[in-house]
Amino acid sequence: MTTDKLDTPPALPNSWTSRIDLPVATAFGCILLLLLIGSLYSPNFLSPEYLLQQLKVGAFLGVIATGMMLVILLGQIDLSVPWTVTLGAMMASAATAYGPMGEVFAIPFGVLCGVLVGLVNGFGTAYLRIPSMIMTLAVNAVAQGLMVAYTGGFAPVDSASPAMRYLAAGTILGIPNAVIVWALTGAVAVFLLGRTTFGRAVYGIGNKEAAAYLSGVPTQRVVMVAFAVCGGLAAFGGVLLAGYAGKAAQSMGDAYLLPAIAAVVLGGTSILGGRGSYLGTTAGVILITLLQSILSVMQIAEFGRQIIYGGVIITMLLLYGREKSGR
Amino acid sequence: MNTLAYRLAEQRGMLLALAIFIAMFALYAANHPAGFTPNVVQTAANKGVLLALVAMAQTFVVLTAGIDLSVGMIFILANCLASYLLVGTPLTVAFGVGGVLLTGLACGALNGLLVIYGRLQPIVITIATGAVFFGIALWIRPYPGSAPDFSADLADALTGKVFGVFPASLLFLIVLVLLVWVPFRRSVIGRAVYAVGSSEPAAYMSGLPVQRAKFTAYVLSGLFAAMGGLFMTFFTYSGEASLANGNTYTLSSIAAVVLGGVSLFGGRGSAIGAIFGALAFRAIGDLLFVFDFDPLWQPLFQGVVLLLAVSLGAARLFQVRNRLDLFT
Repeated sequence: MTTDKLDTPPALPNSWTSRIDLPVATAFGCILLLLLIGSLYSPNFLSPEYLLQQLKVGAFLGVIATGMMLVILLGQIDLSVPWTVTLGAMMASAATAYGPMGEVFAIPFGVLCGVLVGLVNGFGTAYLRIPSMIMTLAVNAVAQGLMVAYTGGFAPVDSASPAMRYLAAGTILGIPNAVIVWALTGAVAVFLLGRTTFGRAVYGIGNKEAAAYLSGVPTQRVVMVAFAVCGGLAAFGGVLLAGYAGKAAQSMGDAYLLPAIAAVVLGGTSILGGRGSYLGTTAGVILITLLQSILSVMQIAEFGRQIIYGGVIITMLLLYGREKSGR
Repeated sequence: MNTLAYRLAEQRGMLLALAIFIAMFALYAANHPAGFTPNVVQTAANKGVLLALVAMAQTFVVLTAGIDLSVGMIFILANCLASYLLVGTPLTVAFGVGGVLLTGLACGALNGLLVIYGRLQPIVITIATGAVFFGIALWIRPYPGSAPDFSADLADALTGKVFGVFPASLLFLIVLVLLVWVPFRRSVIGRAVYAVGSSEPAAYMSGLPVQRAKFTAYVLSGLFAAMGGLFMTFFTYSGEASLANGNTYTLSSIAAVVLGGVSLFGGRGSAIGAIFGALAFRAIGDLLFVFDFDPLWQPLFQGVVLLLAVSLGAARLFQVRNRLDLFT
């Protein structure tokens, strides 16, 4: 290697064009394709009402996927999402049962429970150095056990507070509140990832944790905070879902693990960490939501959806999610 | 280190699991209302063998430093398939068993091909293939049930007792270990699997068949998971596409593997350890019933046991000498 090569640092991706990388463009291309296919089935597929409805449905996944993205950027994974979502929904609904004060604190309480789960995940992953996949899988089982013991195996009798309903199902000037919530979450995530030391640290750790550590980044704390945020957002997604459905239910989060990971990975975030943009995750969420919507418009049964889901995700991963050829 | 000390160090995890199992099972049998009878042993063995098969499936992949989150779904798929195929004459039942096992092989082969040639992370790919396998299971069995003329003879034979004393399922497991695991462990492929788990580049440089070893591991994983599903059908006479059951078996298989001293970082441990891990995990779970706890606490109790098992088994914090090692 010659010295003059070292003198010029690689150009940072500043311009708008260089930020749009191939996976994100592919994802948007697939979205257009899905819209085209959908419009062949039903003429009002392209109407503003329908598209807004899709964004609203996608908002819940969007909020959950935001947290998942943060963790995947670190090169980790959070498999405790299903029951963290349920936990958030159930705890927020449970707080509602405690009178007016409970209703006020329902949403923060639900999110806080999720943050606590995330902190446990983060502690195990960052400080005890347990592989995140194993740690979060086990924490998922514990969260499930806690919720089953709490509800007695049935759906809890509590229902969502009016604030939760308003946040999930209300509208402002014709725009669903859930979409606004997702947009705000996304804006914060973009700011956090692009403009703060925390965000830089997340990308740094995802690229090479040892290098980040030796550069003075408090890597363990960053990992733990990221897991806590992921847990909080998953629980928040659960709170919104409970508000949308009116109440919490057993295993309502089960349907969100694969879509959340898929949305992030299909959006071009490397599963090994360190590379990815929020724009891509947004594209991934819309892609997954449209796919789900089309499958239900085509009246494909649950088993078919599972197979097509898995198939589409494997295919797209094969297209651009592969590791570099080793050796 | 002399050979004996090395052998002991290698088997430490397995011996620990064996000790836990003996202690837990003694506690279980001593407090069981019916006492220590062949029937109690038979029931415990049947449930234990079910998990032991899935844990063995997980072991093959974990030894290569991978993980298979689809074992539970292959298990469920085999269960649903078997509830249709095990009908009629002994010959058709035999074909049915063959079909179920072939399906397991195919599932494992798909995972292996995607991991090796797709160069995708085992964790993501097995979540996705797991969804596909579960979808197929749901297609076969939208509602729990069984074929009307389900042939129960084979099922009864394999879940019953030999000479009225020894559980047949346990005998089946021992035969499986002698016929599959021992030859595998001694073969070049088996050693290559261990080598790949320890260091893939080193295994490649040493001229070991890296890709063939990985592929074999995934295929055997699918086969054993399918055997577990087959046993589930022998046990219940029916099939059920239950997502929760699939997830539970995936989770328990990982717990059993870790409890049995198989390193999640690959290259260390044995299927025999995983078997004892599975038996111990089941015995711990059964203790709750013996001591008359509310069944509602069962999932929480198992979750906590799982968390403790994997935390202690996988925590690298206690295994490194230099702090910097943690970050590399």
